[in-house]
Amino acid sequence: MEYFLSLNPMALLRAWPGSIAQGMIWGIMALGVYITFRLLDFADLTVDGSIATGAAVSVMLIRGGVSPVLTLPIAFAAGMLAGLVTGLLNTALGIPGILASILTQLSLYSVNLVIMGKANQPVSVDNYPLVVSLRYVTDGTTTSKLLFFAALALFLLVLVGILYWYFGTESGHAIRATGCNPNMARAQGINTDFTKVLALMISNGMVGLCGAFYAQFQGASDVNMGRGAIVIGLAAVIIGEVLFGKFAAKRKLAFAFMQLAVVLGAVIYYMVYQFVLWLKMPSDYMKLFSAVVVALFLAIPYLKEKHMQKKGVART
Amino acid sequence: MSKTGYALEIINVHKVFNRGTINEKVALNGVNLNLNPGDFVTIIGGNGAGKSTTLNAIAGVWPTDEGRIIIDGTDITRLAEHKRAPYLGRVFQDPMTGTAATMDIEENLAIAYRRGQSRTLKWGISKAERELFREKLCVLGLGLEERMTSKVGLLSGGQRQAITLLMASLKQPKLLLLDEHTAALDPKTAAKVLEISDQIISENHLTAMMVTHNMKDAIAHGNRLIMMHEGRVIYDVSGEEKKNLHVKDLLARFEEVSGGEFANDRMLLA
Repeated sequence: MEYFLSLNPMALLRAWPGSIAQGMIWGIMALGVYITFRLLDFADLTVDGSIATGAAVSVMLIRGGVSPVLTLPIAFAAGMLAGLVTGLLNTALGIPGILASILTQLSLYSVNLVIMGKANQPVSVDNYPLVVSLRYVTDGTTTSKLLFFAALALFLLVLVGILYWYFGTESGHAIRATGCNPNMARAQGINTDFTKVLALMISNGMVGLCGAFYAQFQGASDVNMGRGAIVIGLAAVIIGEVLFGKFAAKRKLAFAFMQLAVVLGAVIYYMVYQFVLWLKMPSDYMKLFSAVVVALFLAIPYLKEKHMQKKGVART
Repeated sequence: MSKTGYALEIINVHKVFNRGTINEKVALNGVNLNLNPGDFVTIIGGNGAGKSTTLNAIAGVWPTDEGRIIIDGTDITRLAEHKRAPYLGRVFQDPMTGTAATMDIEENLAIAYRRGQSRTLKWGISKAERELFREKLCVLGLGLEERMTSKVGLLSGGQRQAITLLMASLKQPKLLLLDEHTAALDPKTAAKVLEISDQIISENHLTAMMVTHNMKDAIAHGNRLIMMHEGRVIYDVSGEEKKNLHVKDLLARFEEVSGGEFANDRMLLA
């Protein structure tokens, strides 16, 4: 009883806008993970490194006097380079996908340290006109806060729109075919090595972009900020699919709705995350919590099917 | 047209799998075969005779050890699988292999319609193409023209094979490779898919190779029949002689070369 009385609902309500903004930013990353995990069928662990690379590049450029907006496409490009490395390790050198991505991820740790010079580099909203910041959510008028969320949402919509367009083009079709059925893709003249590398580049570009946003949002870039990022990305994808997948599949623009579902998945993830923290779960346990969430959501469809099969066998 | 005038030349092709290991398997042991333009060849033989392996060698699924493969005068022996695709239409034994299950029927067709072209940032399907696909699907008589935006994964095996056949022929190939493409289907569906195959081959005047385990089908379809055994072509018959063949002739032929092991083979059951 004492425990429940100690919980302050207002504290949760105060914290949630920040979580929502954070979830929207990580939604960019989740879109990238969706491309590799779902479209390409490639478990790409590069992202733990490339998110920090995007962050490092953005923060160091801002500190060097570059406009924060301008650092976004550069962070995207840096992420693409990381994806290129993983792709080439996999296709040109024949290293299995997961291992290739782990190698890139590990090497990026050093690369990120080199970029930043040390493990942590702050970038304060007091000194730079940052694109996003937690401050925009916590301080200021209601209108300014709403405007911030509207701008962020609009940006995400544009991103989803671009992805929807791209995966409807010939080139995007080729990537989807590669992920769905590489034998078919090759039989239709698609260079599956090329499309794989391309998809990894686009995906990690998104992740790098997310890193740039997130570093500005929290006011610092940290060499460890990507640890477990893939798990959060997967959580977003899976939560989005489980909660909104059926709804999205029925729509006319199913693919665009699926992407939005993934972004929403990230938002929900961070709201739940905040909720669990609010319940006084020690923050040390949060990575364990994230892993359990993902494991559960991944296991449910499998267990469901297994259960159905058992029942099917029993009947016949 | 090449100097020789052949649609396909296979010259002394060898392939050994797992060379130097305990699982070493001589799959192709000097295959020689020339196809004239418009030939529709059925290929029979026991398990491990090299039928599907021959088709995979042509398609470039892996590199061959020796020999040359020439399509319409172009030596493709060293080309990567996706670079040979412009010359080839392919249908596989497993209905899952030929199509992308998570993509729409029309998207699958659009991908096939661009076989051999570079994939640009143009929209993946045009309106005119949709109309073309609709007409082509209509001809199949399976009602698929009403389901063009359905995911291929929702279709039956027979429907998927029919779509794969259409995909293989949308862009006229120099050679159509049918690799036991009816083996996974029930007899009625298999008959329908064979009928569609015949129709597509004759309408487009395609040169085609069809691997089958069903000797009746092998006799009834195409203008030429070859039998393979232990990685070689051991029997090659065409024209009137082929038309007058009976299953018992083929059985006799096979026992002649293999010394009766035939009776154990699933060919008999087909």
